[in-house]
Amino acid sequence: MDSLLGSNPTLASNPAYSFSKAPYNSAADNKEHAFYPYTDNGGSTLGITGEDFCIIAGDTRSTSGYSINTRYSPKVFRIGGDDETGEGAHIILSVVGFAADGTALKERLNAIVKMYKYQHGKKISVKACAQRLATILYGKRFFPYYVTAILGGLDEDGKGALYSYDPVGSYEREQCRAAGAAASLIMPFLDNQVNYKNQYLPGTGEGHDLEPRQALPLPRHDVEQLVRDAFTSATERHIEVGDGLQMLVMTKNGIEELYHPLKRD
Amino acid sequence: MDSLVSTYSQPAFEDEGYASDELQELIHTKPSSSLSFALPPMPRPSAFLRALTDDHANPNCPIKLAHGTTTLAFRFQGGIIVATDSRATAGNWIASQTVKKVIEINNCLLGTMAGGAADCQYWLAYLGMECRLHELRHKRRISVAAASKILSNLVYSYKGMGLSMGTMCAGVTPQEGPALYYIDSEGTRLAGNLFCVGSGQTFAYGVLDAEYHYNLTEEEALELGSRSILAATHRDAYSGGFINLYHVKEDGWVKHGFRDTNPIFWKTKLEKGEFSNVTANL
Repeated sequence: MDSLLGSNPTLASNPAYSFSKAPYNSAADNKEHAFYPYTDNGGSTLGITGEDFCIIAGDTRSTSGYSINTRYSPKVFRIGGDDETGEGAHIILSVVGFAADGTALKERLNAIVKMYKYQHGKKISVKACAQRLATILYGKRFFPYYVTAILGGLDEDGKGALYSYDPVGSYEREQCRAAGAAASLIMPFLDNQVNYKNQYLPGTGEGHDLEPRQALPLPRHDVEQLVRDAFTSATERHIEVGDGLQMLVMTKNGIEELYHPLKRD
Repeated sequence: MDSLVSTYSQPAFEDEGYASDELQELIHTKPSSSLSFALPPMPRPSAFLRALTDDHANPNCPIKLAHGTTTLAFRFQGGIIVATDSRATAGNWIASQTVKKVIEINNCLLGTMAGGAADCQYWLAYLGMECRLHELRHKRRISVAAASKILSNLVYSYKGMGLSMGTMCAGVTPQEGPALYYIDSEGTRLAGNLFCVGSGQTFAYGVLDAEYHYNLTEEEALELGSRSILAATHRDAYSGGFINLYHVKEDGWVKHGFRDTNPIFWKTKLEKGEFSNVTANL
């Protein structure tokens, strides 16, 4: 040790560090230990429904802190299909937040949806699956899954159905929903472009008499374009969003998967 | 009868020889006792939960739950009016503007949602199930008093665990007439004529107390309920969205719309001259 630090006697006896925090003296000061089982793996998800389809999308970046762990980790899953290919699935689930909890939740719902089919001899309806997911999440009310889930599919009438959840299972059927890190960037855009919030029809009146534009279900092509725009824009302004955009589109013909590259910086 | 009820309130194939407990858990839908809720492996789970989810005590908490509300219900000669806003907030973020805060327990019982959205949704749905089982067992509808007591006893058994709910049960039954109860997660259960619950309760009480009397006509009562919520959405930042209006009568409840506050606000201002603190100039 002396030979290494010999030229600088102060460093050997009383080291001065260039960074502000000196290393911990093991026994000298108290160190607080806490049970903290969660990490935020960032990313964002988004779901929009139309007349006869439902799209759920998510970026494929997985982060912890400022590190990017992987550029391809899917957040959107097929539920109730073949283990390898996802063939035969009729429900889509997206999970964002803590990836380990997300995976656990996905696997659990997948198992339950399959058990339902074996026991009842028919596929679970999206409505029933949505209620079941709420009870699964609430079953961990006192030790929550750190995830925001979005569930999609086609309802009994063949219309697009989308359900959004909070971490402990309050849920609601909606037309569109963004979740995760960039939810606050994407959701206002969706309010305006899907539900036409704060859009008024020109020439229908003056001032307070202006009539609001009525929202109608959008065609699939427009919705796919909106999803891509939402994610390219979120990638520009959020560090945890990027790399790739995975989209699952559910129609009466089954689930189609689309992939669209996003900026990787 | 009880054996019939227990047969049909369980999944049909429950006992078909599953080996592990885990498989059993997959088909069980009802966590009826505290034992079936997952708990973190530590001595004081409620402190852990609070550190993680209570955004009032800890604004940087990682899991933000949906909160914030104005709900009201009052009894009058024609039944009970139930009205709510529809905003859900998580911290400063407006998580939703379209929440259904009136929960239809069955066709003559309503519950309202204030506090934790998931807590209210889950336990009022559970209450609906208990009420239906009561009907099957006793061949008559449950009284509002009994239904509200099921709920209050239930939340009291979880006291200190971090449930957060302030709810009202409204219903009309032949033996009680119109009945209204307030139940919260502290264990309070009160019968009364008029309640407002949530972050906007004071603003709603302000309007409701000024105009309320028992002999209101149906039309006046609906207007008063709506106007009280409007006042609350105007002054309470955590309330807003749509006004959800219900009227409970002897033969069940009637829904009177889920209407956007913004046009109602401007109509109230421009046609009735109220809200003169706001300028109408564009």
